Amino acid sequence: MTTVRHTLYMAIRHLRELWRQPWFVAVTLVQPVIWLLLFGTLFKKVIEIPGFHAHGSYIGFLVPGVVAMSALFSSGWSGMALIEDLNKGVTDRFLVSPVRREALILGRLVKEAVVVLIQSVIIVVLALLVGATLPGGVVGVAALLAVAAILGGAFGALSNGFALIARQEEALIGAVQFVLLPLTFMSSAFLASNLIPHRIRVISDFNPLNWAVVAGRAATSTNVDWGTVASRAGFLAALMALCLAFATRAFRAYQRSV
Amino acid sequence: MHAIEATNLVKKYPKDVTALDGLSFAVEQGTVFGLLGPNGAGKSTTVKILTTLATPDSGHARVMGIDVTNQPDRVRRTIGVVTQGSGVDVQATGRENVRLQGQLYGMGGTPLERRASELLDQFGLADAADRIAKGYSGGMQRRLDIAMALVHDPRVLFLDEPSTGLDPEVRAQMWDEIRRLSSDRGITVLLTTHYLEEADQLASRLAIVDRGKVVGEGTPDELKRELRGDAIQVELAAESNGAVHAALERVDGVRDVTVTGRALRARAEDGGRAVPVVLQALEAHGVTVASVRVARPSLDDVYLRFTGRTFDAAEAEAAEVKQ
Repeated sequence: MTTVRHTLYMAIRHLRELWRQPWFVAVTLVQPVIWLLLFGTLFKKVIEIPGFHAHGSYIGFLVPGVVAMSALFSSGWSGMALIEDLNKGVTDRFLVSPVRREALILGRLVKEAVVVLIQSVIIVVLALLVGATLPGGVVGVAALLAVAAILGGAFGALSNGFALIARQEEALIGAVQFVLLPLTFMSSAFLASNLIPHRIRVISDFNPLNWAVVAGRAATSTNVDWGTVASRAGFLAALMALCLAFATRAFRAYQRSV
Repeated sequence: MHAIEATNLVKKYPKDVTALDGLSFAVEQGTVFGLLGPNGAGKSTTVKILTTLATPDSGHARVMGIDVTNQPDRVRRTIGVVTQGSGVDVQATGRENVRLQGQLYGMGGTPLERRASELLDQFGLADAADRIAKGYSGGMQRRLDIAMALVHDPRVLFLDEPSTGLDPEVRAQMWDEIRRLSSDRGITVLLTTHYLEEADQLASRLAIVDRGKVVGEGTPDELKRELRGDAIQVELAAESNGAVHAALERVDGVRDVTVTGRALRARAEDGGRAVPVVLQALEAHGVTVASVRVARPSLDDVYLRFTGRTFDAAEAEAAEVKQ
């Protein structure tokens, strides 16, 4: 109960900050939107290749991939704000108060989830405007948003845990850059999985970003396969729990070093 | 029961840096206690351990009788902490800062709102309360730090270098506020400082910390009295350590001779009478004097007496170690 309350207080703090500086939502959205519009237009004809039919148009096929990618992009930077708090002494102030450690991470994840949801809605609306159809309907889109939020939570937690251990902006920037594009391209974000080379497909089965893409795509296609959606969502939830445990434990590593 | 008890605290950091080397002291309830020492002496590490942020490698500490390593959560409810630098969330308003701090201690609703207004008012932040703290001056942020630390009415307040980075006028205001805290509310205050003047002004008892140990303890007056007599400060025209010691070795009534660079310090029962004798002896040994001064003992002299170094030299040394 205390953890829930503390999470709420911390989430209010971060959401208030977001409310005061809403352009942060746009900053990490720029790149995914460019991918969506550029690839969507450039590879329009791809829809004629077998494997894409169920999505109406290539841009409709792209939506889950771009949503997952933008979730990763924005939540990956979550640790930057924590490093700033560490440098300013704000985190130390919290750590000597009775606040629950989990809440210090969860509060940030709530904010990341909100950002992911806003960005995803923007991407979906943009895609619909340029002609995507998303046959799965509103329920499908809701499922897509949910898996994107969980993916964002997992990587947000990972980013915060890493921030507590490395405590340097440069190190976090390096780590995020190192992870983002490989995860994006070793997935079916841009290409139907039956067209991906076998080796990369094997890797992509273990790629959390791909779990979100597969789940989101299954949810937004003509014949929704809820089994696939549920299993990938389950993997993502498990990953998030793991990352949360890691980030919470990272406070101990931090406190040992001060 | 003491408000704070630290016994034989030892803390080492990687690369064999010993921050605390068996540090012990005790603070009586309702007093202002000062930990005085240069940067790098181990004061901040001590505060981190006492406030449950860090854990000692060995030794133990209690705050209001509660062990800091075994029951950190109970200690956290008992203490208020103002960390070095500032812990203010600069993206939030002063009121939002205080409110969140109170919520973490289980406060809420009207009592918390009332408490926040009262504290903001008391620390002269009433007008700025609903402005974003980013626009606050250094002094205002520091006062907000203290207001936050007091929101849950702690029994013990830790102030780590509270006036670092503040200009003299703001510092004087800060001192008044700290004094009022202990006299009006009976809060025990542990204060770390590397300002001799601050320790002299605020602390009813002092521990001098050097290289992770307490090397001297007492009231500021006791510490100064222990020095007996006056301080003689001589500025030499050139560095000449050996000759000075040879010259003053046999001068009656002159004690504790130390030379740092061109600064010679010594103690004498009656400074006025000792000066001509000292000057004569120096001249006889070919040491040229640039200037001479007699002073009542200051905490700087106390520091020198307990650590064998002047405060400035210790600071410089600490800065070097850091690099």
